[in-house]
Amino acid sequence: MASKKNININLKIWRQKNGNVKGQLVDYKLDNVSTDSSFLEMLDQLNEQLVSQKQEPVAFDHDCREGICGSCSLFINGRAHGPDTGITTCQLHMRMFKDGDTIYVEPWRSRAFPIIKDLVVDRSAFDRIQQAGGFVSVNTSGRTIDANTIPVPKENADKAFEAAACIGCGACVATCKNGSAMLFVGAKVSQYALLPQGKVEATQRVMNMVRQMDEEGFGNCTNTGACEIECPKGISLENIARMNREYLKASLK
Amino acid sequence: MKLDSKIPEGHISEKWTNHKNNLKLVAPNNRPKIDIIVVGTGLAGASAAASLGEMGYNVKAFCFQDSPRRAHSIAAQGGINAAKNYQNDGDSVYRLFYDTIKGGDYRAREANVHRLAEVSGNIIDQCVAQGVPFAREYGGMLDNRSFGGTQVQRTFYAAGQTGQQLLLGAYSALSRQIGLGRVQMFNRHEMMDLVKVDGKARGIIARNLVTGEIERHSAHAVIIASGGYGNVYFLSTNAMGSNVTAAWKVHKQGALFSNPCFVQIHPTCIPVHGTNQSKLTLMSESLRNSGRIWVPKKKEDAEAIRAGQLKPTQIAEEDRDYFLERRYPAFGNLVPRDVASRAAKERCDAGYGIEANDTNEGVYLDFSTEIQNKGKQAAYASGNHNPSPEEITRLGKKWLEEKYGNLFTMYQKITDENPYETPMKIYPAVHYTMGGVWVDYNLQSTIPGCFVAGEANFSDHGANRLGASALMQGLADGYFVLPYTVSNYLADDIRTGKISTSLPEFDEAEKRVKDQINSFLSNNGTKTVDYFHKRLGLIMWNKVGMGRNEQGLKEAISEIDALRAEFYKDVFVPGSADELNQELEKALRVADFLELGQLMAMDALERNESCGGHFREEYQDAEGETLRDDENYAFVSAWEYKGPDISKEELHKEELKYEYIKIAARNYK
Amino acid sequence: MAKSALLKSSIAKKYWMALTGLFLCLFLVGHLLGNLQLIFSDAKHFNDYALFMTTNPAVKILSYLTYISIIFHAVDGILLTVQNKAARPVGYAKVNASASSSLASRNMAVLGTLILVFIVTHMANFWARMHFDENMPIVVKEINGGMGGKQRVAVGTKESPNPYFQIDENGRFGTKILEDIKTQSMGQYDLAVRDLTTVYNKKDGEVIFIGQKDLYKITIDLFKDKKWGMAATGLYVLAMLVLAFHLLHGFQSAFQSMGVTSRKLTPIIKTFGTAFAILVPALFAAIPVYIHFFLK
Repeated sequence: MASKKNININLKIWRQKNGNVKGQLVDYKLDNVSTDSSFLEMLDQLNEQLVSQKQEPVAFDHDCREGICGSCSLFINGRAHGPDTGITTCQLHMRMFKDGDTIYVEPWRSRAFPIIKDLVVDRSAFDRIQQAGGFVSVNTSGRTIDANTIPVPKENADKAFEAAACIGCGACVATCKNGSAMLFVGAKVSQYALLPQGKVEATQRVMNMVRQMDEEGFGNCTNTGACEIECPKGISLENIARMNREYLKASLK
Repeated sequence: MKLDSKIPEGHISEKWTNHKNNLKLVAPNNRPKIDIIVVGTGLAGASAAASLGEMGYNVKAFCFQDSPRRAHSIAAQGGINAAKNYQNDGDSVYRLFYDTIKGGDYRAREANVHRLAEVSGNIIDQCVAQGVPFAREYGGMLDNRSFGGTQVQRTFYAAGQTGQQLLLGAYSALSRQIGLGRVQMFNRHEMMDLVKVDGKARGIIARNLVTGEIERHSAHAVIIASGGYGNVYFLSTNAMGSNVTAAWKVHKQGALFSNPCFVQIHPTCIPVHGTNQSKLTLMSESLRNSGRIWVPKKKEDAEAIRAGQLKPTQIAEEDRDYFLERRYPAFGNLVPRDVASRAAKERCDAGYGIEANDTNEGVYLDFSTEIQNKGKQAAYASGNHNPSPEEITRLGKKWLEEKYGNLFTMYQKITDENPYETPMKIYPAVHYTMGGVWVDYNLQSTIPGCFVAGEANFSDHGANRLGASALMQGLADGYFVLPYTVSNYLADDIRTGKISTSLPEFDEAEKRVKDQINSFLSNNGTKTVDYFHKRLGLIMWNKVGMGRNEQGLKEAISEIDALRAEFYKDVFVPGSADELNQELEKALRVADFLELGQLMAMDALERNESCGGHFREEYQDAEGETLRDDENYAFVSAWEYKGPDISKEELHKEELKYEYIKIAARNYK
Repeated sequence: MAKSALLKSSIAKKYWMALTGLFLCLFLVGHLLGNLQLIFSDAKHFNDYALFMTTNPAVKILSYLTYISIIFHAVDGILLTVQNKAARPVGYAKVNASASSSLASRNMAVLGTLILVFIVTHMANFWARMHFDENMPIVVKEINGGMGGKQRVAVGTKESPNPYFQIDENGRFGTKILEDIKTQSMGQYDLAVRDLTTVYNKKDGEVIFIGQKDLYKITIDLFKDKKWGMAATGLYVLAMLVLAFHLLHGFQSAFQSMGVTSRKLTPIIKTFGTAFAILVPALFAAIPVYIHFFLK
């Protein structure tokens, strides 16, 4: 591929044995990192090195490594998913860094995302928000009406898709100075609000999801827009505005 | 052991309806007395758990990820097939059935595949009702596109993220049931073993991956929906965590394992870049709608490209070998995956590969023709009948961006090359495994009460899966098959009462698991788990990969055997058992891959024919096409575990009868 | 549920911030138009305007609404800030916030607090003196005295029964003057002053004279002060800069919070918001600058 080059880097990685003890940043040196490697492959390389020195490897969440599962979650050099936009950490490549760079690697920081170990956090708060209303109450019998019975304007379908493209990684919360989850919730509320199938339960959905969101201990949105910039899927702030509208409508009912 | 596939009587189009009418039911008031375990929360698992929870059973669902939404179904890009015939191009249930059987190279069970085609339409209805935002046309109707191996447009899609949207749909249904308390969700839990009581599946042992606690969970039935085993190759398009453990543990408890050698190598992935590479990234099959695959006609051009002296755009049109169009004029770039992959391998083996990696493995996927075509169309559509070449190129690129923007961006992020300007480099990579746990028509394995769904079973795709059919199968199994067949099984369990987890069978299973964990942690070897996994992957890719032969397979069998011994002797697993220990998780999974890999080679060696993804170099015609042996190999292989020595596994055969499709050589020319 | 949702939920807090914020934006416009008379009009008009603003009942209601808005906006803002801080108990070692958000948007609480300090100072400078300062100057005029000389007298308002009233050297009605009148009228007029400007007869409550506070004078005095005028001008300009930043994020943010967005509307709101955030504070700031440097 384009650049065949190796670099040496310094890492400052958050190490924490579990949620009950204190953690700290630990310095590591890693040499011969291919700039074609992804950031997680670089961490693999570090872990290989640590394990062969009989040290504990760095724990981090990752799975699909193609930017869609939403598992990976690192705060790199002060930014969620690192110094590039429109990507997850697994899509961040080492060519974004220079030889000799010092790289800070920290977990998502949020009261609602407690640390499990090292860089691994518990994001089940998102699951609970979804459980509070992120669905259409339709039985899975398949005996619904034909899929083409209700036409959906392409614009709405496209917008619903753009909102539904959220991967639930939590970068919005991690990057928001308030630790707010409104982009995540707004995206889910929007997806359903834009489709005729979702309209039936629109009132309860937005009330319940927002209530759950507040109970989980996320902060409040102050419209800084950082979430939109750092969202790997480019979910728009428009979705938060739509949720605000939906919530107002629902509250006045 | 006699394999009874329990295929219902009657005409193929009535089998499923008749069968459903005759299945036993569990009354609503009895369902809360019954527990069901679902392992895995991908399309099959999530849809099954949601459906069964909705029916009123007590469901316990398990996933090793931090959320059920992260199962690897999420990564499916292209689409989902359904015989809706919305495009009015002659599609029907029969055609989908026929295409799937043919695409599978006549190694799938007719009745299962027909059922899949029958329910395919319901899947779309269901998903739309759930709020899945499929792509639509300007008139508000659902849009379709073409996929490999078909001549109709029956693929529904949501940009390049169809799997994600479908999984999130199933996840939303599952979430609803979790919220209602009908499904109890166990995130970050890995199934470590199956517990059988009186020969029936009655529970599992699971490890809480956060605390390391070994937990016992009992149930009246266990559903395994843990996905495929592509990661046996180390490098694949699977997620890092995708593993065979659940399915393999079931196999070791007595469930037969079918067609392990049927692995799908996907033709359009980004080529390997280096030794630290952890996984391969798929570029959706949908790109073959617009891209043309080629390598240089002249070897010296290929060499110059690899050396960086020539750019692909400098190769003249007449010096390009569009080898799929040349070999398969009828289907062209849209031949099935196995055919496309093999053709690419053939060119690279012959020295025409263009990627400058160790193996020169790479071919071009070129969009320049499409840019010109679509650019011209767009110009005309906007009333400009005399567009300049620049205008055409600009409009063509815009069209591509609208259609495939996210894929192109992904490609650029990974490779640092701009696919709008220069052709993509692609090469086949392990993607999907058609083999899996043997199941009957009811998706029940040879262990009563142990059902297997989705990619984890073997049932619907024969020797090769068509694009956009995996999503269809996963949801069909979970939404529309298991709710009926599992209920039928459970109808006899309404008086059983709760299964105790203090039965000796649970003790034994728990001990097995703990012993294995402790042996890893106290092993004190010198090599990492990945070291062994990568070596296994290399053996598998080189000898049990796209091209296989008797000698290579025999070597593979003994090499894997030796590697497994070395693994147990020399692997080092740091940390302890009572914490989040990702190295330990990997070790436990790789241990199973090391056994499965050997069985795959054995299965491939046993099958003296070429069919679908299984290409035995000894069995090809003069043009390099697969040579099936329907006389001797029209069967499903089903292996029975016979102890730690994998070479002792016993082969059973389920004969495949084709009553409704005329079996023929697969021809895409 | 709806009731508590409209008070307590995170989104409701946004609505209240937005509503009160936008109302305060309206107030700013009104206030600015009045104040601009300091540049474009004269002392009389300005003081008449000040009198109208302090006496008109409709204005009274608006002013109370403004106070409530300020308090609500501040309290809600503080509450939000406290909650938001709590949402991230352990911070990051390294944050590159400027990569994803503007300085103003991240510092609304700080900017808001500074504005609150300014408001308090501002009210102490003008509002408190207007209402409570015994030495609040009254509008005076030089007229031809009975002896052919010039005499400085307080000027009555339209409602005042007498057009003028005597003042002492301090510009006030002064106890000596009132005593003199009492003596001269043999106790018939026992005068006293209420509300700083109204002279009435304690005996029968009859109003003798209604003066007018000279807000213009204290404004000019503040910014023209030999010692502190420059500092006051500088601080006022600085405060307006802070306000500009607050508005730069706050104005369009309010519409986002209310869910008033659309493909066509949002760009307009954003452009207007930016213009508003620059123009309004700039004009406010121009007033002390004009007084200090240009007013003769």
